[in-house]
Amino acid sequence: MSEEIKTDRAPVSQRAHKVSAGINGDALGAKVTVQIDGNEIKVPLGTTILEAANELGIRIPTLCNHADLCVAGVCRICVVEIEGSRTLQASCAYPITQPIKVKTHSQKVRQARRHILDLLLSKHYGECYACFRNNNCELQALAKEYGVDFFRFGHPSKPFYEVDRSSYSVIRDMNKCILCRRCVRTCIDLQEVGVLDVENRGYQSKVVTYMDKLLGSVVCINCGQCINRCPTGALRANDPTDEVWAAIDDPKKHVVIQTAPSPRAAIGECFGLEPGKALTFELNTALRQCGFDKVFDTNFSADLTIIEEGTELLLRLFKNLVKGDHSQPLPQFTSCSPGWVKYIEHFYPELLPHMSSAKSPQQMFGAVIKTYYAKKQGIDPKDIVTVALMPCSAKKFECNRPEMCDSGYKDIDYGLTTREMAQMISEAGIDLPNLPKSDFDDPFGTATGSGIIFGATGGVMEAAIRSVIELVCGIRIEKLFEHARVMPVRGFEGVRYAELALPQIGPVPDLLKGLVKDWEWIKGATLKVGVCHGTANAKKVLDDIKAGGQFSQCHFIEFMACPGGCLGGGGQPIPTSPEIRAARARAIYSEDESYQIRKSHENPAVVELYQKFLTDGPCGHISHKLLHTHYLSRGKYIA
Amino acid sequence: MKTPSDRNSMTFASITPNEGLKIAVEKGRMGVLGELSESGLKGRGGAGFPTSVKWNLAAAAHDTKKYVVCNADEGEPGTFKDRFILAEFADLMFEGMTIGGFTIGAAEGIVYLRGEYTYLRGHLETVLEQRRKAKLLGKNILGKKGFNFDIRIQMGAGAYVCGEETALIESLEGQRGEPRNRPPFPVDTGFMGHPTIVNNVETFAWVASIIVKGGKWFKHIGTEKSTGLKLFSISGDVERPGVYEFPMGITVDQLLREVGGEGAKAVQIGGASGHCVHQKDFSRKIAYEDIPTGGSVIVFGRQRDMLAVAKNFLEFFVEESCGQCTPCRIGNEKLLEGVELLEKGCCSMKYLRELCSLGETMQIASKCGLGQSSPNAFLSIVKHFQDEIMGRTAIE
Repeated sequence: MSEEIKTDRAPVSQRAHKVSAGINGDALGAKVTVQIDGNEIKVPLGTTILEAANELGIRIPTLCNHADLCVAGVCRICVVEIEGSRTLQASCAYPITQPIKVKTHSQKVRQARRHILDLLLSKHYGECYACFRNNNCELQALAKEYGVDFFRFGHPSKPFYEVDRSSYSVIRDMNKCILCRRCVRTCIDLQEVGVLDVENRGYQSKVVTYMDKLLGSVVCINCGQCINRCPTGALRANDPTDEVWAAIDDPKKHVVIQTAPSPRAAIGECFGLEPGKALTFELNTALRQCGFDKVFDTNFSADLTIIEEGTELLLRLFKNLVKGDHSQPLPQFTSCSPGWVKYIEHFYPELLPHMSSAKSPQQMFGAVIKTYYAKKQGIDPKDIVTVALMPCSAKKFECNRPEMCDSGYKDIDYGLTTREMAQMISEAGIDLPNLPKSDFDDPFGTATGSGIIFGATGGVMEAAIRSVIELVCGIRIEKLFEHARVMPVRGFEGVRYAELALPQIGPVPDLLKGLVKDWEWIKGATLKVGVCHGTANAKKVLDDIKAGGQFSQCHFIEFMACPGGCLGGGGQPIPTSPEIRAARARAIYSEDESYQIRKSHENPAVVELYQKFLTDGPCGHISHKLLHTHYLSRGKYIA
Repeated sequence: MKTPSDRNSMTFASITPNEGLKIAVEKGRMGVLGELSESGLKGRGGAGFPTSVKWNLAAAAHDTKKYVVCNADEGEPGTFKDRFILAEFADLMFEGMTIGGFTIGAAEGIVYLRGEYTYLRGHLETVLEQRRKAKLLGKNILGKKGFNFDIRIQMGAGAYVCGEETALIESLEGQRGEPRNRPPFPVDTGFMGHPTIVNNVETFAWVASIIVKGGKWFKHIGTEKSTGLKLFSISGDVERPGVYEFPMGITVDQLLREVGGEGAKAVQIGGASGHCVHQKDFSRKIAYEDIPTGGSVIVFGRQRDMLAVAKNFLEFFVEESCGQCTPCRIGNEKLLEGVELLEKGCCSMKYLRELCSLGETMQIASKCGLGQSSPNAFLSIVKHFQDEIMGRTAIE
């Protein structure tokens, strides 16, 4: 019985079905005619009614269905009537395998939907105007669509559950949960972390963590993907907006904010813009209007990360390939995604020696601001409040890691998500999309395109390749890749592998002179790299490495916890879908091409930093103290 | 007058052991399917799907692996006839499963045994061991080359919903026992994604009997649409409760006379998910085309409070709903709250009508058979016993 090892962790009851070749073998690939509300359409066999209706432009309401997740068919709001069938069918889960006639709004259907909505509302505690999802809630939208004007089956007057605020990143308010199980499918099936599942039966069923423990004490990696897919306000990020306002209002405090590329590419969505329009420079104006003293570009520290991480890679290559020292083994793993960091700490602690010790751009920036910048500006670092605008919920956890205090203070005080920033801006009455543009503040003002693309999956790798190739080979990257587009590592495939032969070696640049004498030892080598996004894909790559597969031969692998990379992060505007993420990626890549300087090692602010502050160079003593970190072998043990 | 739970009065006792299996091997797969089709046998678990159609689909499916699953998760309130078969005719049931394996081309059979029947496991394992020793299980059964089949027992954990075939399969796979979306059906995508037939304990026993006595014999008993004999679990306000064998199509009246239940006020047929039949309808037939049943008959005498009966069933469903789909999970809770309002005499006619309409939604919009049938008892009691359940005064 046990000869079959299942790879899918989600139960079949919550997984997209396949049209079996067994019975319909002859018909596979065939088309079948379906009539929906009198409109006919031919669709490939196995298409769901919902998909066919979408193609016809007929709207069917959904709640548990989500473009990124496997089919569940549990909320039943999408039921439709099929001629000749006694029962209604969930259109999201019903595959069309023969010609059928469907009615999407017959009396039976309307009544059933209204009942289902009324039932959900009878268990949904809270008032819409006191909810962060007000006006962006799928349940609320449906209540309006179906004209709910009273609670037919009642409405809870008091909460059933205590709100779980234990996590630095994700707050769970199960009083608002409608048990659509998107979070469960996100956690188990999309991310393969498996923190959430349903416990108990019937009226007692509820989404829980292991043994119903607090989220802050289980193996949650804080990626926040569940927040992005929750249709209601049951899941939200831990919001420090009040503290940030308080700091702004305190005249003694010097409040600086850094903005990452992904929130800039997406924040417009919170103001009604179509996905795919970056508001980078309008946002600078808005942040100053909000009262931030300085606005910095995280791309600066992204460039710094590339120098540190790239140098570390070269040192690792030298150690492993020349000296035979495997204490820091290959492949080297990227470390900028805090969700990924916690994932490996919990699930693959034995592979932690592969992790680059470089901090993430957010944390590097914090350490630089509270040391270099403080000194340069003559401000006591204790009066500096560092805020980071990130697309990420895990960044909130990251800035609270106890070891992230290398400046002598908390490197980053607060992490804000895109959604929270949008909230602050709208609270200040600022019309973000129509603001004049303004630039970032000095001394970190000038950014490069390499920092920008950190936001998309493959971006860190592309930025690293641009710099490593130029530093080692002494040629312009544009010679190898048109417009410096390193296409082999771009794209949205879950796992990518690429090989790049180093065409030649050049002289050792000044920056690295203290570390290597020459590049002879790497002459003629082929750089093997991997890229993956989403922890489910990370799991595949890590298992492959442990089994000695293709990825164990890599030199450098980029890991991002979230599907799509940072632009799909758990702090980004809701909703999310493959199309929305692709639009954000387009915004990010076109911003990259608009920059004069597109390689991290050419960033003048970075060059200056090494000349004036990190004087012993990349991976030197000072940089090790401030810009590098260590990890915790957490494992899966839960106290 | 029949004696309850009398082994020797049952047809199963008259079947020569393993005769059916021998005949099946002689007749070949098509022969077996032909005989089953002729017999008109429908699933004895209650849903009444034609067994020959199910087996035909599974036999026609192309896959290297197929499975035969016996649903011994007898959880319907008021049903205990499978327990009787497991205790008295386990050999016949295993023979039916083996015939199933031969017919659809499966090499493995699994009995999903109700958690509460753990005490029967030892007995069943003994019977299986005897069958293995007699070469009725294992490799090249009855000397037929390539006819390999064995059976193992897997215990359920006590969830009612796992009697639903797709939830049963989920549970077999080690998942939370919850019904899947259908289609695809288990004959196509079943246990571990392979074609699987899931049949009731009694169905397998009848298959073995039909192969011995012939499809014609079975077809001539019962009604046109509900052929053959069936075991019934009789409980409640009757003189002689127990397991009985009756032909399909027996009227409620006839049945009550046989078991000493005359003068009943109502009869719940089909367990908690079945229908509550009022005295005035006792001339109706127990058959798939009239009042379908998996065999549970609960008799309510004059003194019974029908509102209490409805409450009891709803409490059961509120607990036993798997909690997946909205209509079943919350709907049953709302119906139960309604019954509690009725108890206190403070449920308005308007709200009662709303609840009945909710019940109808649950019947058509729930994901699986459990949710779809859960409001049946409530709806039929409200319909037939409105005078009795309305107008109560609150008990101080």
